[in-house]
Amino acid sequence: MQLYDMPDARGHFGQFGGTFVAETLVEALDELRMMYEKYRHDPVFLAEFAHDLKHFVGRPSPVYHAKRWSDKVGGAQIYLKREDLNHTGAHKINNTVGQALLAKRMGKPRVIAETGAGQHGVATATIAARMGLECVVYMGSEDIKRQAPNVFRMKLLGATVVPVESGSKTLKDALNEAMRDWVTNVHNTFYIIGTVAGPHPYPMMVRDFQAVIGVEAKIQMQEMVGRQPDAVIACVGGGSNAMGIFYPYIDVPNVRLIGVEAAGHGLETGMHAAPLTTNSPVGVLHGNRTYLMQDADGNIIETHSVSAGLDYPGVGPEHAWLKDIKRAEYVGITDDEAMTAFHSLCRTEGIIPALESSHALAHAEKMAKTMRKDEIILVNLSGRGDKDINTVAKLANITL
Amino acid sequence: MSRIQTTFAALKQQGKTALIPYITAGDPHPKHTVDLLHTLVKNGADMIELGVPFSDPMADGPVIQRASERALMHKVGLTAVLEMVKTFRLTNQTTPIILMGYANPIEAIGPKAFADRAKAADVDGVITVDYPPEECGEFVQELRSRDIDPIFLLSPTTEPKRVDLIVSQASGFVYYVSLKGVTGAANLDIIEVSERVAAIRKQTNLPVGVGFGIRDAVTAKATAAIADAVVVGSRMVQLIEASTDDNLLSNVAALMTELKTAVDSATKSI
Repeated sequence: MQLYDMPDARGHFGQFGGTFVAETLVEALDELRMMYEKYRHDPVFLAEFAHDLKHFVGRPSPVYHAKRWSDKVGGAQIYLKREDLNHTGAHKINNTVGQALLAKRMGKPRVIAETGAGQHGVATATIAARMGLECVVYMGSEDIKRQAPNVFRMKLLGATVVPVESGSKTLKDALNEAMRDWVTNVHNTFYIIGTVAGPHPYPMMVRDFQAVIGVEAKIQMQEMVGRQPDAVIACVGGGSNAMGIFYPYIDVPNVRLIGVEAAGHGLETGMHAAPLTTNSPVGVLHGNRTYLMQDADGNIIETHSVSAGLDYPGVGPEHAWLKDIKRAEYVGITDDEAMTAFHSLCRTEGIIPALESSHALAHAEKMAKTMRKDEIILVNLSGRGDKDINTVAKLANITL
Repeated sequence: MSRIQTTFAALKQQGKTALIPYITAGDPHPKHTVDLLHTLVKNGADMIELGVPFSDPMADGPVIQRASERALMHKVGLTAVLEMVKTFRLTNQTTPIILMGYANPIEAIGPKAFADRAKAADVDGVITVDYPPEECGEFVQELRSRDIDPIFLLSPTTEPKRVDLIVSQASGFVYYVSLKGVTGAANLDIIEVSERVAAIRKQTNLPVGVGFGIRDAVTAKATAAIADAVVVGSRMVQLIEASTDDNLLSNVAALMTELKTAVDSATKSI
């Protein structure tokens, strides 16, 4: 069997990916690509990365058998990869540790980031504080309202949070603004992209840094149950936690890989953020070619999700590729379904999941019901829900 | 010869530099765009860059972003822009029109269908900000086979080896972006620009346009001395933003006259 080996040298996953950027960014991306090529297999770099993941992030994150919840759902056994237990409360920190180590080696004293839910912003601010780097985080003003606790955390960590007022005032606009900053300050600035999107080498690099999730899970599942799961489920906005857990499983036969997009108010309403599930047209945004929610003129349309971290009109190019080659499947979960799963996990297992991860949980619940009791689903519990308590309270008409 | 090539050849004979204003189609309102195009020509535009509004203009500063948003409020997309060019051509068959925008509106139509429609509208050149030469081979072929010039940007950080690659794909002219950063950023360093333009000329016979950071008569004149074309974008759009329906055309005419006088008064050092 031919092993999976993507992307190609210029960052293409079949027709997807690539480097669609203005000329002003080409040299910066070339430099980044060369530096990453130099260090991605460098034992000293990898040892430092592994050391930080262990001692600063708290890895490995456990795999936990959600036994009571599995019994309640009635069907397959559901296991959770506990990325919510990482320092800063989500998988995002894995990638920022890796990119910040690279920034240090490249001699860049300033890092910038975009953020949606604020988890990537917090993770970037965290690593910047620890490494003594200046940190600027771009965040849509809509998201700033939805994620006030994370905004305050970033400020406590010494970062400057810049509200983005253009376009839909969400994640995609924050990304636009961070790109503009990078073009202007490229001599001293490293752009830490938080997801598996953007121009090459970002989709590959972020995937590689997040792959620790799947690498650990494979060992842990073997230890716990003596085999690999029948299905691995993760939520997909840009898709970094999903790529992180999927990637080491791509060459493992008989493991279904299922990405869960935000179906918002329902796929049929158009108010969602599910470009893969709805077969959106292929286009170019944020430096790569992928499936994109857009109108007939090629303008990007506004997305909707209760979870800011999934509120993105595109998707990482490797997910587009995995969909086309049918190695992964993509489905949608509505706001309501995600909320139900959120409450269910809280009450049954004593775990408050992030609203993003609740989408993956909701689909696991659906699937488990159709499966035998000796079958196994592994869900990437990508983050914890403390940041979402205001949103959840508001939905329940509760004033905190 | 394409209309762009003819225009440059004629200007060269007269020892002149082209003045290329930029406006975003549909800004401030689609009803003004064709009138604005004619006003630009009447007051000294040798060619025009017509911006195609896009929801996510990543390479643009706030001024041109706002222009895009104003146009999109009136649902002006690529299809509407091509219609505007058609209308303009009813009474002007000589001034080159260069569309400037982002890849996705072209992707949405498809490179071949776009080239057909651009040709039918009598467009002369296309600048696609986020189509670097490595990613748009097919698109360049579609344009060139219809005598539409694919125009590429060169930046202060473009290495000489890459300049070779870019000029091998480009026709019409190449556009040197005189600043690091987005459109509408700070002032330009004319000495640095002239050194870079001189270096580019050693690698290509294509005319070299310079844009980004040209804001007034002084910078326009200084740039005209070293370039084959001077592009004025954010300054023009800023003026359009600040104008009312009543004084829009007269304001634009006044700025164009000022810029044209400055460009024509430059002593060519090339």
